[in-house]
Amino acid sequence: MNGIPKLSLAPVQYYWDKSTMFEFYKKISKSQIDIVYLGETVCSKRKLLRRNDWLDIAHQLQAVGKEVVLSSMTLIEANSEIAALKSLCKMNEFMVEANDMSAVQLLQGKPFVTGPAINVYNPLSLKMLVNLGLKRWVLPVELSREALADMQNSKPEDIETEVMVYGRLPLAYSARCFTARSHNLPKDDCQYCCLDYPDGLLLSTQEKQKFLVLNGIQTQSAKTTNLISAMEELKDLKVNIFRISPSFNHTPKIIDIFYRALHDNYNIKKANQELQDLMPVGGSCNGYWYGESGMDLHCLTEVPA
Amino acid sequence: MNTTSNINKMKLVCPAGNLPALKVAVDNGADAVYIGFKDDTNARHFAGLNFNEKRSMVGIEYAHQRGCKVYLAINTYPQASGWIRWKQAVDLAAKLKFDALIAADIGVLDYASSKYPDLRLHLSVQGSATNVESIRFFYENFSIQRVVLPRVLSLKQVDQVSQSSPVPLEVFGFGSLCVMVEGRCLLSSYVTGQSPNTFGACSPASAVEWIKTEGGLQTRLNNILIDQYDDDEPAAYPTLCKGRFKVGADTFYAIEEPTSLNTIALLPELQAMGIAAIKIEGRQRSPAYVKQVTQVWRAALDSCEKNSQNYVPQEQWMQTLHSVSEGRSTTLGAYHRPWQ
Repeated sequence: MNGIPKLSLAPVQYYWDKSTMFEFYKKISKSQIDIVYLGETVCSKRKLLRRNDWLDIAHQLQAVGKEVVLSSMTLIEANSEIAALKSLCKMNEFMVEANDMSAVQLLQGKPFVTGPAINVYNPLSLKMLVNLGLKRWVLPVELSREALADMQNSKPEDIETEVMVYGRLPLAYSARCFTARSHNLPKDDCQYCCLDYPDGLLLSTQEKQKFLVLNGIQTQSAKTTNLISAMEELKDLKVNIFRISPSFNHTPKIIDIFYRALHDNYNIKKANQELQDLMPVGGSCNGYWYGESGMDLHCLTEVPA
Repeated sequence: MNTTSNINKMKLVCPAGNLPALKVAVDNGADAVYIGFKDDTNARHFAGLNFNEKRSMVGIEYAHQRGCKVYLAINTYPQASGWIRWKQAVDLAAKLKFDALIAADIGVLDYASSKYPDLRLHLSVQGSATNVESIRFFYENFSIQRVVLPRVLSLKQVDQVSQSSPVPLEVFGFGSLCVMVEGRCLLSSYVTGQSPNTFGACSPASAVEWIKTEGGLQTRLNNILIDQYDDDEPAAYPTLCKGRFKVGADTFYAIEEPTSLNTIALLPELQAMGIAAIKIEGRQRSPAYVKQVTQVWRAALDSCEKNSQNYVPQEQWMQTLHSVSEGRSTTLGAYHRPWQ
């Protein structure tokens, strides 16, 4: 379990058309990413890519040596969504990332991953899931380095810990589609308006402060979380996998910066500056890591050599 | 879960943030009252609210003497550093013989179910179970005996879950409305560092500011402008999903209006589905609120039970509920598909 942490790419949170998605993953296949999470996790109405399309992408990535994990939906309400989940969880070719307890229920007994929307807040919860087959867990995004340290001290050695280090934070899920609402469209006739917002739809305060991002039924932070300056701490805490959440632009470049920071002793301050320039509007944050408001930004005070 | 020959008697579960509220709930027809301890182990962790051991004992005795049950909410998500408080809360719940423990975290549920197998467990709304497979998970692993459904399901979806759920369901009938699925909303900690999961409060009062400006009254949460009111507009508490924000060229309630959930018109349908209990939100509200709301819902449930075919919500019930509603307005919420 020692050595340099791996890099993973979270499932694309937004709705992109089919050719864009295929193009995106073609570029990803040429990147230094180790693990790729695939699938629609936000809205079951987004069907431009069907299961077979995702499997095509999965096989292409696998062929160039990437580990592929299939991600399940986060908010599961309708019977049709349960049916789709069941067929996903029955497949044995790839490991599945559970994003709802229903997936944990259907995956128990075989290896699985829990995504950031599964509430694993304490060692007893983790132990319970390990007994059911959990192999890897993603730290819930609102937890701090102290909470992570406590988890790391008590978890079984062979269980992998993954932390989201870059991307807009997934903050909430609803029955309501906020993108459709902003267009005065009912959810049942949303006209797939989220296709027009490849990085989500910005929500600002009345003072024009960029605050949140509406992405269908999901709400994200407008700020991009960026833990590159905490990289040494993450390594000291034996985090196995650094997770990057895709943005519409620059994702391969962002992967490259993290790769060089991990492998080539790349100057962290410089890497941090480069990442700032690649973010969508809103700026950056890292407050959760320090046990504070998620939107806060702790500046890099000390630059590791 | 469907009943055909027998009438399904839905139970009324009412909130109490203190002993006077518990007493008026019991006196006015609650079948059960739910409370929390005075710390972050429950999702209404507000100053001056909730019960210590002694008050809990008095409350339980008062309720039991009058045939009413008392549930305890331990429904936040402990981290390792605070685990001892949650463990002690579960131990105390068993000692005081609460009629049920309402929990969300799988660590808490694991501890409670293995240490106190006789302690009845309900899955809290914070447990975020929105479908039957999630419910099965909690049922098979912790023998939960009831599930409180998140306020994100349509009536049809509630019916679907009800038909195949291994345990009876409790649904929200009235009170403040979460537009996000409970237990997985981090908006509050994003802004204030404290969320329902970690701290037991959403948009905590300690982060709220009311500021009078030339442009009107501003409500802020950790300095983020949530809303701004003209002099003639009633200002609402800045729950952060219920502010007016800018999306594109428009400024509006982009996430949710300040409004309360009210499903009193749906009682016959919920009864026919076999829903076991109706939950009233509002442990943070006054005994006067608890009294009024309990009275109305007791009358409504009795009326529906007597004759669901001809059940019509009385005008006076609606007026009373409107008068105590957030934003003085109510909605059917997600139960009513067009709201979504």
